[in-house]
Amino acid sequence: MKILVAVKRVVDYNIKVRIKADGSDVDIEGVKMGINPFDENALEEALRLKEKGIATEVVAVSLGTSANQDVLRHSLAMGADRAILIEASADLQPLAVAKLLKSIVAREEPNLIILGKQAIDDDAGQTGQMLAALLDYPQGTFASTLQIEGDEVTVTREVDGGTETLALALPAVITADLRLNEPRFVKLPNLMMARKKPIETINAAELGVNLDARLKLIQVSEPAVRKAGIKVDSVEELLSKLRSHEGILV
Amino acid sequence: MKILILAEHDDLQLSPSVHQAVTAAQFWNSPVHVLVAGNHADAVAQQAASIDGVERVVHANADHLAHPLAEDIASLLVSISEGYDVILAAHSSFSKNALPRVAAMLDIAMISDVLEIKADNTYVRSIYAGNVLTTIQSTDAVQLLTVHGSNFAAASLGGNAEIVNTEIPASFKKASWKSEVRSQSDRPALGSAKIVVSGGRSLGSAEKFEQVLSPLAYKLGAALGATRAAVDAGYAPNDIQVGQTGVVVAPELYIAVGVSGAIQHTYGMRDSKIVVAINQDPDAPIFQVADYGLVADLFDVIPELTAAIQ
Ligand SMILES: Cc1cc2nc3c(=O)[nH]c(=O)nc-3n(C[C@H](O)[C@H](O)[C@H](O)COP(=O)(O)OP(=O)(O)OC[C@H]3O[C@@H](n4cnc5c(N)ncnc54)[C@H](O)[C@@H]3O)c2cc1C
Ligand SMILES: Cc1cc2nc3c(=O)[nH]c(=O)nc-3n(C[C@H](O)[C@H](O)[C@H](O)COP(=O)(O)OP(=O)(O)OC[C@H]3O[C@@H](n4cnc5c(N)ncnc54)[C@H](O)[C@@H]3O)c2cc1C
Repeated sequence: MKILVAVKRVVDYNIKVRIKADGSDVDIEGVKMGINPFDENALEEALRLKEKGIATEVVAVSLGTSANQDVLRHSLAMGADRAILIEASADLQPLAVAKLLKSIVAREEPNLIILGKQAIDDDAGQTGQMLAALLDYPQGTFASTLQIEGDEVTVTREVDGGTETLALALPAVITADLRLNEPRFVKLPNLMMARKKPIETINAAELGVNLDARLKLIQVSEPAVRKAGIKVDSVEELLSKLRSHEGILV
Repeated sequence: MKILILAEHDDLQLSPSVHQAVTAAQFWNSPVHVLVAGNHADAVAQQAASIDGVERVVHANADHLAHPLAEDIASLLVSISEGYDVILAAHSSFSKNALPRVAAMLDIAMISDVLEIKADNTYVRSIYAGNVLTTIQSTDAVQLLTVHGSNFAAASLGGNAEIVNTEIPASFKKASWKSEVRSQSDRPALGSAKIVVSGGRSLGSAEKFEQVLSPLAYKLGAALGATRAAVDAGYAPNDIQVGQTGVVVAPELYIAVGVSGAIQHTYGMRDSKIVVAINQDPDAPIFQVADYGLVADLFDVIPELTAAIQ
């Protein structure tokens, strides 16, 4: 079986992004970028399924500019068999991403598609569900375990207050939670080898998808930051401070 | 203009977040309908009907909605969506699962986790784990969004809406519900607790997490929370993780015990009224967001603090 994994290029999760002086957008010029952490879990899971002999091919796909080659190289270095870049200059919103991924699904016909449960830049968490809807496939979102037997995948999902287990007929769309697995380290020789591997590039315009932004960005701003308070020296002092707030402690 | 709210419930109890969604919906000054989909959830429909500001409850009752799947909720919502200009829900794992599916079926954009509604089609939401606020405008005819519960006051009771039954599309069939595990606890629910005691990886083991933090939480009537590092290490269950990818809390008092204060964690606790941090590293980032910081070994001061509270 073939597995398609979506990998997004995002600002490294350790970096605190700044906004442009005119408040028009975030300033990510020259900032360290990398693969969206949840997408790394998605890819890791696909690779493990291949190592178990369940999957035969793992294809990584990223949407964006030629700069996205770095996350695809990373994916190849982790062990993906092939990489596809859908080149689009536009800032893609989840619905457009889902539509582009749908057209890749039509070409590749994977049995399983795994995405991250959310991208850590926009924190939207929509793309997987949208893709499942467009394909009329079942969905298993926020997956923390995944088991394939025959043409069915059993997924345990992280939900508010616990977990839920679903069985989905393949083909299906899964979105990965961080707890799904621990992504492997990429070894330097693998990264060197991945540099030589081809990346198939498709121009988004050829896919006949309307990429118009539905949401307009009006402005960005800094949230009000909590200001640091005071340090207390003892438990006693802490308690007396807390008791000075009406009703907090008795 | 009409507004439809997707209600979350467990067939017995309406989720308190529906009250917050009703308040958010009042922004449009238009009739508000609530969709209650379930299996014999009549009591829930009644509860929804009694919320002040709700005009109609659309009740969908079917066997296959007992443990509703996103696929079935989405097709039901789409089937009744005609005539609604705004579709919204509280931002929870239930609506996060279903609403993007509705958006794609209706070919409209979705706006996740709205903090503030500025105008009929203009919203504030955060990106980058809460580090940046964006104001965005939707160009779609139908507005589809989830709202950040704690930013909207809960609508009060006192309403008396009509309850109407609705036709239900056939079940999706390609997905089926197998089982669920809901954590049982005598403690208050994390998302709505007045006091939260949160522990980090520094607790060192599941046993110590329980031994050190439980007595304090018990005395304070507090919910327990945890960092992802603590969850990953197996010290705490996943559903008490606070943060960007966990639960967002807004208690009166948040006590962070041996928590470093990574942005992904502080995202989840930033709406707390008062934050106390106990950490042995005076430079830990958590102190930058704490009202009261105590630089100390948690194993010394938590028992002391617990003992000092009546
Ligand atoms: C209102 C609004 C306005 C925006 N305006 C701008 C703007 O002006 N400028 C700008 O730069 N951006 C803008 N964006 C950002 C753009 O929408 C996102 O970068 C993109 O749509 C993906 O959304 P997400 O990251 O939130 O997806 P999610 O739904 O959170 O992503 C889930 C998963 O989908 C997959 N995925 C998502 N995107 C890709 C991708 N490109 N390639 C491969 N896999 C992918 C990944 O597996 C990911 O883990 C805007 C977004 C919104 C909501
Ligand atoms: C995509 C992504 C999403 C994430 N989402 C979340 C999320 O939702 N929630 C979340 O919490 N994290 C999240 N994280 C992880 C986050 O980045 C941090 O790694 C995590 O919050 C750190 O947890 P911690 O403070 O318990 O552990 P550590 O970073 O190990 O910090 C332990 C702290 O305890 C202190 N300490 C140690 N011993 C003692 C002692 N005896 N007494 C007092 N203090 C002591 C130390 O000084 C240190 O500050 C996410 C990460 C990523 C990449």
